Amino acid sequence: MSARADRTGAANKRQRTLITPEGLSVPITIASRGSRFGALVLDWLIIILGMLMIRWLINFIGGGVLDEAAGAAEEAVSGAGEFLFVVQVIVLFLAWYGYFLVQELGPRGATLGKRAVGIRVAARGGGRLPPEAIIARNLLRDIEMFFPLVFVLVALIVSAVGEDTGNMIWAAIVWLLIFALFPFFNKDALRAGDVIAGTWVVEAPRTKLAEALSTQGAAAKGSSAVTGVRYDFGDEELSVYGEHELQTLERMLRDAQPEALSAVHATICNKIGWDPGAGDERAFLEAFYAQLRAKLEGDMRFGKRKADKFSDAS
Amino acid sequence: MTTAPATKSVGSRIGSLFSRAEIAAPADIESAALRSDRFRLEREGDWRRLEEIVVRMEKGGVRKISDEDLLALPTLYRTAASSLSVARETSLDAATLGYLESLVQRAWFQVYGPRKGLFGWLREFFLGGWSRAVREIWLDVCIALFVMVSGAIVGWLLVAQDTDWYYRLMPAGLAGGRVPGASRETLMETLQVEESSGGLSAFAAYLFSNNAGVCILAFALGFAFGIPSLLLLIHNMAMLGAIVWLFAGQDLGWEFGAWLSVHGTTELFGILLAGAAGLHIGRSMAFPGERSILDAASQAGRRSAVVMVGVVLMMVVAALLEAFPRQLVAGTGSRYMIGGMFLTFWLAYFYLYQPAPVDEDAE
Repeated sequence: MSARADRTGAANKRQRTLITPEGLSVPITIASRGSRFGALVLDWLIIILGMLMIRWLINFIGGGVLDEAAGAAEEAVSGAGEFLFVVQVIVLFLAWYGYFLVQELGPRGATLGKRAVGIRVAARGGGRLPPEAIIARNLLRDIEMFFPLVFVLVALIVSAVGEDTGNMIWAAIVWLLIFALFPFFNKDALRAGDVIAGTWVVEAPRTKLAEALSTQGAAAKGSSAVTGVRYDFGDEELSVYGEHELQTLERMLRDAQPEALSAVHATICNKIGWDPGAGDERAFLEAFYAQLRAKLEGDMRFGKRKADKFSDAS
Repeated sequence: MTTAPATKSVGSRIGSLFSRAEIAAPADIESAALRSDRFRLEREGDWRRLEEIVVRMEKGGVRKISDEDLLALPTLYRTAASSLSVARETSLDAATLGYLESLVQRAWFQVYGPRKGLFGWLREFFLGGWSRAVREIWLDVCIALFVMVSGAIVGWLLVAQDTDWYYRLMPAGLAGGRVPGASRETLMETLQVEESSGGLSAFAAYLFSNNAGVCILAFALGFAFGIPSLLLLIHNMAMLGAIVWLFAGQDLGWEFGAWLSVHGTTELFGILLAGAAGLHIGRSMAFPGERSILDAASQAGRRSAVVMVGVVLMMVVAALLEAFPRQLVAGTGSRYMIGGMFLTFWLAYFYLYQPAPVDEDAE
């Protein structure tokens, strides 16, 4: 297994491998529970704001006829008011169920909230994602979160007025907790809707291809552009570090903070017993990176991997 | 080697922004000091082209992609995937590996993405998918039907023994003038037609949103092994049994039946299917058989979801029937006829209409 330097232990637990029909393994990461919660909150905010806007728009167009229609649905109301009331009920229903359905059925498999946090819905185990699955997982969302939340709110309001609610509020809270905590009791962070639909929610990273490091600066030419010094490291000096350190160094070179670079420069010089100078840190690190990578990759071709500075090449 | 690599790569980046189809090979491959970077630079053009196609597919679906690109997609996907497996064995460039992993994953979602859109799915749904799903859960439909009938009988018997039960079963708001001891005239009045159609479409919209909510609840509660779904069915039907007892006591049973049947045949059928769909999930989770619980649950869940889309549509029909024909059509005979026609239609559609399945996504 390749050392994934930038992944912490928690993230490693969420690593899964999909085997595609061609027999290729595609690595995926299960979305964290926190990001899913964030996505849900975002989506709800969007829906609620959207509904308020529609409501406002209808009011703006219809003026007072709407209140009249809502208050007196049984009595005869003007045709326009009734029409607006019908439109509103249908829009609410469609917004509530359609928002998730239409977006998750699309090629991105994600709602706006999910896209914002970089996750998407996928079929568990790596099959196609059929529309039925999306429908099933979204039908369950209501009993998982929305109904119990409404119950809790209603119970709170009723008890605030001073009436006895009995055990209703506790029943609602228990209901809410059972479903809200469901994702914490299985390793794939499935909520009840995911179980029913055969789906899971995975990270959908959109990584840009970074520049190749070994075509730039001292890594390519072998000598510093500033001082013209050639940095050459011996086998002994290069065998201090492993893949983990290499990839940390790669990240530092790409993010390029001068102070951080000089700290790394000092550490490496210390480690390999060189005298740390100043002013030419970047060229030094580029050269060190390129030569360390050349060595480690050369070993790799012979089947020798060195995960980090603590491990022996094996 | 004479040109500064940095300026060159910036140039190629800008170039790739403007030119879509042809992406020039970036930087000079010779300048790369490492074998693994040369490997990467040689294939980078293909990767970028794949990425660009995938981005366009994510944005707007397949229609915006030219035929040429669409044909190239599977090849490019395989190239990227094999690049990934080579890179994993030969390269320690974390950025490239991360990029390839994300690219292959995204391309995989597009190559193996949903084959038909919402529209195509709906077509398949009406032309056989729905009725097939209903037939597949026949056992659950039978159980739910049995539970509903016994619920109604229980409601009747309870109220017949002790009138107090009526108030316990019926929420006060729903009963209106329909309470035990009400005169025949009062009860008769509740079955009358409205004078005009004013306010009825608002009523229909309200009914729909209410009933559809109940159905979705009955379905979703199936998750708890189906028992809450059954309880919900029993409760609703006990209410019905109580009202039937009330009207039958004043010799209005036949008229009430007519009044109810207009929308009731559709609505009760819908509730029956919703309860059965919930029960189907609960039952397959409780008794998964040879499959794992998760597999059983997801198979049952997907099948039930198809049924549920149909149930929501039935609720639209039922709400329209409840608001307009029921309140406007007076004759007992014509009310029975409307209700009977719809019942016949649903039964025929579900059980007689059996087109051969379009087996295009056998997985």
